[in-house]
Amino acid sequence: MYVFIARRLLLAIPTLLIISLFVFSLQKLLPGDPVLVMAGEERDPALLELLREKYHLNDPIPMQYAAWIGNAVQGDLGISLRTNQPVVDLIAEKLPVTLQLALMSMSFALLIGIPLGVLAAVKKNTFLDYLTSVLALSGLSVPNFWLGIMLILLVSVKLGWLPASGYQPFFVDPLLSLKTMLMPSFVLGNALAASMMRHTRSAMIGVLSSDYVRTARAKGLSERAVILSHGFRNAVLPIVTLSALLFGELLAGAVLTEQIFTIPGFGKLIVDAVFTRDYAVVQGVVLCTAIGFIGMNLLADVLYVVLNPRMRASM
Amino acid sequence: MEDEEEKGMTKLRFLATALAGALFAAPAFAADLKIGLAEDPDMLDPAQSRTFVGRIVYTAMCDKLVDVSPGLEIVPQLATEWAWSGEGKVLTMKLRSGVKFHDGTDMDAAAVVATIERNMKMPESRRKSELSSVESVAATGPLEVAFKLKQPDATLLAQLSDRAGMIVSPKAAAALGANFSSHPVCAGPFKFVERIQQDRIVLEKFADYWNKDQIHFDKVTYLPIVDSTVRLANLRAGDLDLIERMVPTDVATVKGDAKLAQAQVVNLGFLSIYVNVGHGPRADNPMGKDKRVRQAFSLAIDREALNQIVYEGTAPAGNQPFAPTSPWYDKSIPVPARDVTKAKALLKAAGYDRVPVEMLISNQPIVGQMMQAVQAMVAEAGFDVTLKTTEFATLLNEETAGNFQTARTDWSGRVDPDGNIHQFVTCKAALNEVHYCNPKVDELLNAARASVDTKVRKEKYDAAAKILDDDMPYIYLGHQSWLWAFDKKLTGFVPSPDGMIRLTGLAKSK
Repeated sequence: MYVFIARRLLLAIPTLLIISLFVFSLQKLLPGDPVLVMAGEERDPALLELLREKYHLNDPIPMQYAAWIGNAVQGDLGISLRTNQPVVDLIAEKLPVTLQLALMSMSFALLIGIPLGVLAAVKKNTFLDYLTSVLALSGLSVPNFWLGIMLILLVSVKLGWLPASGYQPFFVDPLLSLKTMLMPSFVLGNALAASMMRHTRSAMIGVLSSDYVRTARAKGLSERAVILSHGFRNAVLPIVTLSALLFGELLAGAVLTEQIFTIPGFGKLIVDAVFTRDYAVVQGVVLCTAIGFIGMNLLADVLYVVLNPRMRASM
Repeated sequence: MEDEEEKGMTKLRFLATALAGALFAAPAFAADLKIGLAEDPDMLDPAQSRTFVGRIVYTAMCDKLVDVSPGLEIVPQLATEWAWSGEGKVLTMKLRSGVKFHDGTDMDAAAVVATIERNMKMPESRRKSELSSVESVAATGPLEVAFKLKQPDATLLAQLSDRAGMIVSPKAAAALGANFSSHPVCAGPFKFVERIQQDRIVLEKFADYWNKDQIHFDKVTYLPIVDSTVRLANLRAGDLDLIERMVPTDVATVKGDAKLAQAQVVNLGFLSIYVNVGHGPRADNPMGKDKRVRQAFSLAIDREALNQIVYEGTAPAGNQPFAPTSPWYDKSIPVPARDVTKAKALLKAAGYDRVPVEMLISNQPIVGQMMQAVQAMVAEAGFDVTLKTTEFATLLNEETAGNFQTARTDWSGRVDPDGNIHQFVTCKAALNEVHYCNPKVDELLNAARASVDTKVRKEKYDAAAKILDDDMPYIYLGHQSWLWAFDKKLTGFVPSPDGMIRLTGLAKSK
C-alpha cells in the first residue's frame, strides 16, 4: 500500500513540471503588457523600465521560468504585480475560502445526488425515475451564473433570508459563514449532483441486476438490506472515482460561482490576475490547483483500494 | 412600608433602565457604513496607486492639501490658504494647525516636504509626471511650505487636490518604504484597519481627526463587487448602504424601489474614438490620412440617440474633451446634429465612395452595444466598420504599440482642464497614442498651462478646440455620468463630478 502511494507521488512530479511549463508559456503568449496595466495612466518610461526590471520581465523567458521554478520548489511563488503581496500569502488567505466552498458544494452534491440516484435505480422506469431524470437534466442545463443571480434576487432581495454575497471566515462567525456560503454551494453543488445522480443510477441498475442480488433476494432478505448492504455497497466504487474527478469540475465551477457571489477565493483571485496580467499569481494558483487535483485523484485510488477487497488482495 | 419602599425602588430601577435605554437609542446615526465598489483597488499607497477606485477609498483615509468642491473650485483641506508669487513660479501654502496623522505624529511642514519629495523621488512613484513642474519644495515655517516651480503651472493645485497632494506620515513612510500599502498611515477621517484582497477594506473613525464633528460613522467597509447586478442586489437586500457606478440600465429598478435613492452627475472625462493619424504604418488608411473622412464619420453619428438608447439618457452627447456643461466647453462649436448628406458629400470630396474602417473596442457589454449602433449609423454614410472586440489589457497594449486604425477608449477625467486635453494631443504627450502633432495646438495648450488667469486659459482652450474639431484626431461622442444608488436613510450625500464619495457630513438615520 505504501509503495503504491509512494509510486503515485513520484509520478506526480513530472506531471506538475509539465503543467507549470504549460501555464508559464501559455500566459507569456497572451497579448498585453503587465507593466502597462500596472502603470495605469502614468506613462513615464523610467517607471515602466523600473517595473520591468523589478519583476524580471526583461530576462529571457527560459531564465524567467528557471528562476520561478527554482524559487517555487523552496516555497516562494513570487510577488503579486498588482498588490505587492507575496503570492504564497495570497494563496494561504484564499485557500480556506475555496476549500469551504468546495466541501459544502460536494456535500450538497452527495446528499442530493446519491439518494436520488439510488431511488431512480430502484424505481426504474416509473414516474419517480422520470422525475429525478428531469431534475438532473435541469440541474445540468441551468447555467451557474443565471441560477446564482436568480437565487440572489429571490432569496436575498425579495425574501431577505440570506446575505446576497460576500464571505465570512468560519471561525470568526460560524453561523454567518454558513449562511453566506449556502447559496453559492447550492449553485455549485447542483450541477455536480446531477451527474452524481445519473452515475449512481446506472451503477445501481448494473448491480441490482447481478446474480448475487438475485441470490440475496431469494434468501428472503428484506428489500432494504438487499439495496443497502448488497447493492449500494458495490455500486459505491465508481461513485468514489467520480467524486474525485468531479472535484476538478468543482474547482472550475468555483471560478464562476465566486465571481457571482463575490467570494474572495481562488476563482476570483485567478480571474482578476489574468485580466491584470499578474503572472506570478496565475502561476501560483494554477500550480496549487494542480496539486489539489492530483491529490484528490490519489485519494480516490487509495479509497478504492480500501473499499474493494479484491484490489487489496492483489497488492 | 417595606413593600412601599420596594415598589418605589422598582419604579426607580425601571425609570433608570428606561433612561439608559433612551440614552443608548438617542444617537440618530448608525455607526457602520458599507459601500459597494465596482472594482478591487490596487495598492493603497498614494504615491504608487493608479486606479480610480482606489481614490474613493483615499477620500475616507487620506486628506489632501486641497480639495475640490462639487462646483470644481479648489477649497482648503490640510492647507488653509495659498498664494502665487514670483510670476507664477512660487506657490506658498499655509497648513492647518493641530492636525495629527493616524499614528499620532504631527502633520506639519516637514511632513508635507517629506511626502512631496517621496512622490517626486521614490523609484516606484506614479506621481512624477503630475509633479514634473516642481523644482523643489521647502518648509518656510513650522506650518508653511513653498513650492518652487521650473515654469508656471496652473494645474499644480488640481494635482495637489488628488493623490499627489495626500500627505502621509513620514514616520510610517520611512518604516515601510515601497511597502507602505501594507498599512497606510494618513491624516484623513478614517484610519486603516484591515484589507482582505478582493473582499473588503475596513476603516475605523480616527478619534483625533481635525474635522471629527462632521464624521458620523464609526466604521466604514468597502466591498468590491464587480458584477453590477449583484452589487445592486446587495444594496436592495440591505447588505450595503451605498453603491458606486450603478449601470444606466438599473436606473429604472432603483427608481421603482421605495427604499432606495439615487444621485447622478456628469463626469469630467469623455467617451471617444481614437483615430490613428500618425502612429506607424497602421495610420496609412483613409481615416488616418484625410481629415474630411474623419469629419464625415463624426457627422454620420447621432450622439443624442446613443445617449438615449445605450445610456438611458445618462451620458449627454459631446464633441469636445469637456462636457457641454463644463465652463471650459467652447459654445461656438456645438454638438453637431447627424447629417448623412453632408457626410456623404465630404467622403465624395475626399475621393471615396465606401471606406472600410477597423475599430478596436473593449469587451464591456455597454461599449459593444454603443459601437454596434455607431456601426449601423455610419454605414448609411459609406463606412464599413469592422468591430474587433478585445479585453482591456490587450486594448491598452495595441494602442501603445500603434497597432490600430481606430479604437474606442474612455478617459476618467481630471479636475483641471489641462489633464483632459494636453496629454492627449500635444506632439510628445504620453497618452497621445494616435500620434497627432500640430505645433499650433502645442503652443496654445502650453500657454494655457502656464497661466493662472482663467480668462486667458479659456481663450487658449477655445482656440485649440477649434483646431481639434477640424483636424479631429479624436472623435468625441459624449460624457458619462457617475451614478450612485443608496439607502434612503442616508443623508448628506453630495454627488461630485470627480466621482468620489466624501464622507464628511454623510449620516444614516435609524
